[in-house]
Amino acid sequence: MDDRGIDVGLLEPILLEYQSQKGAVIPILQRAQDIYGYLPEEAMNEIAKKSGLSISQLYGVATFYAQFHLEPRGRHIIHVCDGTACHVSGAPKLVQAVEEEFNLEAGGSDPDYQYTLEIVYCLGSCGLAPIALIDEQVYGNTTSDSLVKQIKELD
Amino acid sequence: MPVLTNIEELRELRDKARAEITEREENKTTIILGMGTCGIAAGAYEVEAELQSELEKHNITAELISVGCIGMCHNEPLLDIQQPGLPRITYTNVKPKIVGKIIEKHLVQGEYNKRWIYGQLSSGNGKFVEGIPAYEELPFYNKQVRIALKNCGIIDPESIEEYLASDGYSGLEKALFQMGPEDVIQEIKESELRGRGGAGFLTGLKWEFCRKASGSPKYVICNADEGDPGAFMDRSVLEGDPHALLEGMIIAGYAIGAPEGYIYCRAEYPLAIDRLKIAIKQAYELGILGENILGSGFSFNLKIKEGAGAFVCGEETALIASIEGKRGEPRPRPPYPAVSGLWGKPTNVNNVKSFAIASQIMVNDANWFNKIGTEKSKGTAVFALTGKIEHTGLIEVPMGITMREIIYDVGGGIPDKKQFKAVQTGGPLGGCLPEDALDTPVDFDSLTEAGATMGSGGMIVVDQDTCMVEFARYFLTFASAESCGKCVPCRIGGQRLLEVLIRITNGEGTPEDLDEIERISEFMSEGSLCALGQLTPGPVISSLRFFREEYKAHVNENYCQAGVCEGMFTYEIVPDRCTGCGLCLKECTTEAIIGEKKVVHVIDQSKCIQCGACYDVCNLGAVLVKRKHELPLVKTA
Repeated sequence: MDDRGIDVGLLEPILLEYQSQKGAVIPILQRAQDIYGYLPEEAMNEIAKKSGLSISQLYGVATFYAQFHLEPRGRHIIHVCDGTACHVSGAPKLVQAVEEEFNLEAGGSDPDYQYTLEIVYCLGSCGLAPIALIDEQVYGNTTSDSLVKQIKELD
Repeated sequence: MPVLTNIEELRELRDKARAEITEREENKTTIILGMGTCGIAAGAYEVEAELQSELEKHNITAELISVGCIGMCHNEPLLDIQQPGLPRITYTNVKPKIVGKIIEKHLVQGEYNKRWIYGQLSSGNGKFVEGIPAYEELPFYNKQVRIALKNCGIIDPESIEEYLASDGYSGLEKALFQMGPEDVIQEIKESELRGRGGAGFLTGLKWEFCRKASGSPKYVICNADEGDPGAFMDRSVLEGDPHALLEGMIIAGYAIGAPEGYIYCRAEYPLAIDRLKIAIKQAYELGILGENILGSGFSFNLKIKEGAGAFVCGEETALIASIEGKRGEPRPRPPYPAVSGLWGKPTNVNNVKSFAIASQIMVNDANWFNKIGTEKSKGTAVFALTGKIEHTGLIEVPMGITMREIIYDVGGGIPDKKQFKAVQTGGPLGGCLPEDALDTPVDFDSLTEAGATMGSGGMIVVDQDTCMVEFARYFLTFASAESCGKCVPCRIGGQRLLEVLIRITNGEGTPEDLDEIERISEFMSEGSLCALGQLTPGPVISSLRFFREEYKAHVNENYCQAGVCEGMFTYEIVPDRCTGCGLCLKECTTEAIIGEKKVVHVIDQSKCIQCGACYDVCNLGAVLVKRKHELPLVKTA
């Protein structure tokens, strides 16, 4: 374990599991991110060392896909959908409300890393637009007030 | 459950499953809950919890079944009650607090609570009760023909038995035991099925190319990377009827000679991935996937690959690169994946719906399918109907139906007595159609000719409140952000085009900008490597074509008719109408509204960000939208 508390030993079972699979970079990174909440440099180095992939190749993949994060994220992840149906139903106002209420910007976290706000394009529940996803829970027909209230109710 | 080693055992299991369902329908009370992502978002879990406590309270034994999306997103959450020997009665907009009332009246007093009843669906015995409309008679359903969505919302997607009972895997059975691989391809070719991912290439022909290509092993890939904002057709099939996809893929594997398949599903669909995992596990346990399927000698293995959030991975060569663990960047075609795809081997990539429909074609036959639809577009089209429309949801209609029928009959028209403005198909890579193009028949070629596209099935209706320029800017923001950056026309072109649109929506556009849009769009369409870059200008070009006046008003008069484009107008409060109720003051996030209670309010223009919240919240029509020149827009109270 290093001084930031990143235990690269946790990666071992994952690397072992995908050892013999061709092209398993994406699932390895996904699983690694599940452990740390993001992809810390230490973990990237460890994956490169153990899997034989070059570090540039790993970062190439990690920076290409929206799902991967190289910076720590908040304890709670708020996704506001700005897909077409949500957009026309007022999603931009939801984003604005969350940004103002929790002192953060879309794509970033608040100073205490309690919340991370991200804009996504379509969660596929357009019939209930606008939609927000708080951690894993989906909320339909949201308003600025109801969304802010839901977020405040998180522990 | 033991592995099935021959066709008789499969048939026995199917008969047993049918008998069990009949037994349940005739003798038990079943309560069916819509548990697709849409139902859950509308509160289906809360309804389920309430339901369980109500059943306990009244000491009622009933079987609870969760199903996928039946298509009525506008009526979620849904709760169906099926009593012994009776049809399924559907209750809509079921909030937890009315569950008790429904259960008490329906199951305790034995009466139907018509206030919340939507319709009835006959169960296996075909019986209906009087006084409640059958689904087939309801406007949302009576023009629909459900092939790809046949089982969605009807069967329990987590039960392979229910799928089997609904003729499931009988298409596979027919393919493996009564037909050779070439016969299967011939059947699909004769059906004239065109790929449902958007391009509309003939599926049978695609399979044939792949079969004839040299190289082994070959691969079958399902493209379930449904990334279009406003589209959820594939999700509904994956969540509501995952075995239909599996069956289609195994049939394709057999026809092509591929021993291995991948389902590439976007990670934003966790429920779909869970349901697929369950379905795949069940199919392996029964020997419908794996080695020597049903003793036929054919083997097929299937894996799920989760996407990692990149729209461009819906493009087949990018998708293949992503499965290989690389950045999802497309490459030039030819060679097409049918010749050189995954790991350089012949690969067949189809959309979710194409596979689901192919399995239905095998259950029935090519003639059954090609009797539906138009001359060049056979069968049905699945659309996710969203935006400013009464009946949002998922529909499947025969090709050839008009846009007008979809929007006004199936979709129920525009809510709040507003004016229809445009319908956008094909998402951020599609195009829009105005009012006078609404009689265009919906099929691959007519839509393209009219200036829109079939796309994979997103259909978004917008009303007078949407600014077409801003709408185009929105799509461009999405598409240009999703450019993978590999080719210059898409990477730079998209940015330049977006800059022009931003300029116009900010009130800084010039008449020359309209020519600039056309010039950049042409470069992009002709020069981009893949469909993403080629089609990114689509929404802009089609809205410029049909709503040129609106663009002109923006650049010539600095005027946004819909009152959407900030910076083109100001908000003011009409003193005569304002009662000082304080609603707008409370809503204003920038504290731009000043005023005491019961005293006329005023907007401080230096603080106002033109968000329109005050305009929306005022029900007295006291907030005035004033453009920088004249012609104020007043909302009528």
